[in-house]
Amino acid sequence: MPEALSQLPSRKTIRHFLSWFAGISMVLVPLLRLLPETTFLHPSDYTVTWLGKIICYMVLALSLDLVWGLAGILSLGHGLFFALGGYAFGMYLMRSIGRDGVYQSDLPDFMVFLDWKELPWYWTGTQHFAWAAILAIALPSAVAFVFGFFAFRSRIKGVYFSIITQALTFAAMLLFFRNETGFGGNNGFTDFKRILGYDITAPTTRTILFMLSAILLSAALWGSSLLARTRFGRILTAVRDAEARLRFCGYEPLGFKLAIWTLSAGLAGLAGALYVPQVGIINPSEMSAANSIEVAIWVAVGGRGSLVGPLAGAGIVNVGKSWLTATVPDLWLYALGFLFILVTLFLPHGVVGLVGRLSSSRSTPGGKA
Amino acid sequence: MRFLSSACSLLLALMFACPAQALVPEDLKAFAEGGPFERSELISTWASSQDTALTAFLDALEEGSLGAFPSGLLARTPDGEEFREWHTDTLIHEDPMTWEGIMVSNVLRAGVERARASQGLASSDPAVRREAVEALRSAASDPAMLEVVERARDRETDATTKALLQDLTRRLALSATDPERRIAAARALQQSGDASTNFKLLQGLLSTDESDDARETDPKVRAVFQSISTSLEARAAFFEFLGHIFAGISLGSILVLTALGLAITYGLLGVINMAHGELVMIGAYTTFLVQGIFRSWLPELEWMYVIAALPAAFAVSGLVGIALERLILRHLYGRPLESLLATWGASLILIQCVRSLFGPQNVEVSSPSWLSGAIELQTNLVLPWNRLAIIAFSAIVLICTGLVLSRSRFGLFVRATTQNRAMARCTGVRTDLVDMLAFGFGSGLAGLAGVALSQVGNVGPDLGQARIIDSFLVVVVGGVGQLAGALWAGLGLGMFSKILEPLSGAVMAKIALLVVIILFIQKRPQGLFALKGRQAE
Repeated sequence: MPEALSQLPSRKTIRHFLSWFAGISMVLVPLLRLLPETTFLHPSDYTVTWLGKIICYMVLALSLDLVWGLAGILSLGHGLFFALGGYAFGMYLMRSIGRDGVYQSDLPDFMVFLDWKELPWYWTGTQHFAWAAILAIALPSAVAFVFGFFAFRSRIKGVYFSIITQALTFAAMLLFFRNETGFGGNNGFTDFKRILGYDITAPTTRTILFMLSAILLSAALWGSSLLARTRFGRILTAVRDAEARLRFCGYEPLGFKLAIWTLSAGLAGLAGALYVPQVGIINPSEMSAANSIEVAIWVAVGGRGSLVGPLAGAGIVNVGKSWLTATVPDLWLYALGFLFILVTLFLPHGVVGLVGRLSSSRSTPGGKA
Repeated sequence: MRFLSSACSLLLALMFACPAQALVPEDLKAFAEGGPFERSELISTWASSQDTALTAFLDALEEGSLGAFPSGLLARTPDGEEFREWHTDTLIHEDPMTWEGIMVSNVLRAGVERARASQGLASSDPAVRREAVEALRSAASDPAMLEVVERARDRETDATTKALLQDLTRRLALSATDPERRIAAARALQQSGDASTNFKLLQGLLSTDESDDARETDPKVRAVFQSISTSLEARAAFFEFLGHIFAGISLGSILVLTALGLAITYGLLGVINMAHGELVMIGAYTTFLVQGIFRSWLPELEWMYVIAALPAAFAVSGLVGIALERLILRHLYGRPLESLLATWGASLILIQCVRSLFGPQNVEVSSPSWLSGAIELQTNLVLPWNRLAIIAFSAIVLICTGLVLSRSRFGLFVRATTQNRAMARCTGVRTDLVDMLAFGFGSGLAGLAGVALSQVGNVGPDLGQARIIDSFLVVVVGGVGQLAGALWAGLGLGMFSKILEPLSGAVMAKIALLVVIILFIQKRPQGLFALKGRQAE
């Protein structure tokens, strides 16, 4: 088997990870938030938002691992699905600003500014939270379904597929940059005020958004590990390892690939929808080719195919990025570049593989790594 | 208006028949006493003379320092305190308070312009004549000039100026008194000259605005003009279309150039080299360095720095490529997705290196003079020299690459390894060496593309990233490892986007292009030119 892969972690590992993660994010952090603000242990609004953002990135990494790790399809366009979800939900946030914007109009500020007279048809209904939430999942899924159908039907795979997904997100970025397409152009959506009637900057709202992200991550991880163990998951593994042989055995891979691809896009969209209210902005640069490729390195750093690994990878890379861009910004691109090279060369199983190797060599001294 | 112009032509004809002596006191007296029309005509009659006094007179007139007094034509000194009689230059005492300058009305100004132009046309210096023609061509057409221009055309010896005068004659003849002449002039314009300019000219004459003096009134002539203008419009549209085709070929040749190296390395190693764009960028920066070297040490040979940059860029990019292959890709064979990520990492490092060394701004690479300028066939069909040079250069590079691959021993090994690596090894081909050299060769081609790009666009650290996706699309459409594929796909994509751009805008053209490519792949999953053979994957 030429491709480097990590083993799917056991149910026990997943359970352990989940209980730790849920304990910290859903009990410890909210409790600490209840402490008075002057206390050293009280996490600031900034910290909670930052953690929430990273958790959204982890969900994005998990969604990529579903297609890359399980089915061997490397998408370099997952940033598109993430951003589509973000845009769909961002429009709800834009419209719940109401008349409190700079221009005091029913239309979002950027539309007044760009001389729009009425909302374009495709934003109909986005003033309702439920519809926006559905849209945040359905829109990326629909785009992925249509694109995936044509791509998988003609059996595009490997690097070909990766390149075309990259071209797709690039084209979408150009489209969203335009002012006349109704997506806010360069600036995207920002200046949100409230969500479901609550002040979006209030500490409680922030804590709840953070907890929602954590719940999403836990549910997605639990669901993915269940999915990977079903017959469907095993067929995906077969697609990854020997697609031609699978076909010769009488399976048609199209449906399986399309299903996991659409599911993954929907998950990425959901992550984007939770990301936007926490970060407070969504703009077309989220769709840049570089962003999408970065997601792939999160997965690779953690260990692709291990479900838990990509979460660790997204965490490590983003904490490192926050730290480096704040202290020595010039070094960040070097660090990221070397990370890409070193991980692919020396750490094919990612951090998870490394940890596994270390712990197994400790438990069986002198044993094979 | 027409009466006036014929009167003018008559006067001008007279003045050519018997050269009048310029600026005699009687004329000046007449000028001082006359109204604007008489003054304008007088100036026109003087215009044939090569008298430098006339130039000074016209200058003074336009400055407003001439005044008509009962005592004759007076010129005011710049300080406005003294007055001199124009033709004798004697001091005349007049009260400054009574000063009343000659107003340069529109009528008079037209006369001055006409006089200056005919003076210029009659000059013995070809450069002055050329200048006068250019001035007349850009000025609003003045029917009164027809006779003058015709005479100048018949006298003219310089071929270019003569052609310009010929064109000008036809344009002026569109307002001639004789309807037959007007029709003949329009027919002549239909055949030659700039289609879109002539179309606009005729459209102006066909104006439906009744108050427009210059409009054509004769219904018969109008009908002829109308039909000629329709055919000119079609001609102009055709030239515009040719312009888009040229832009498409130009963009296509750049795409071919950048995609060529990529097609070779992808075909050979099955590796998408995400750092290919950065190798192009390094080629462009090498050009910048070579330019700097020539400026410092060989300033007299600076015109040929581009030529010297070609081997330099090939070598630098090729070496960086070989280093990439040795250090990274070699260890990732058989893992194309990981290779893709690793080369992306390499591209980030290269970009940041260049930023650290040269700064994040664009550097200035100036085209040598023999690459700047353009051939202007029509106003909407301009062929810049640097674009033409790049098309030719791409063709040469393509042919040379084709020859290397099909005729040389190295090319034979590359083809063998591309088609069947295991079998090539069995027959004694050192595939690892072939990999390294072929990767270096492909990277060198990227460097050459960088030299070409430096002549048409900005050179900055992001040069490569902006173009890489397009080059990948060329490879995807063209098929793996096929030069013909890269050529047709590159030209096709370039042409497609340039023809679509004016219809739908650049962004929509790009998106349409992507949709077309995805649909195209449905039909030909292996690209335009697939390797033939039995393969399950």
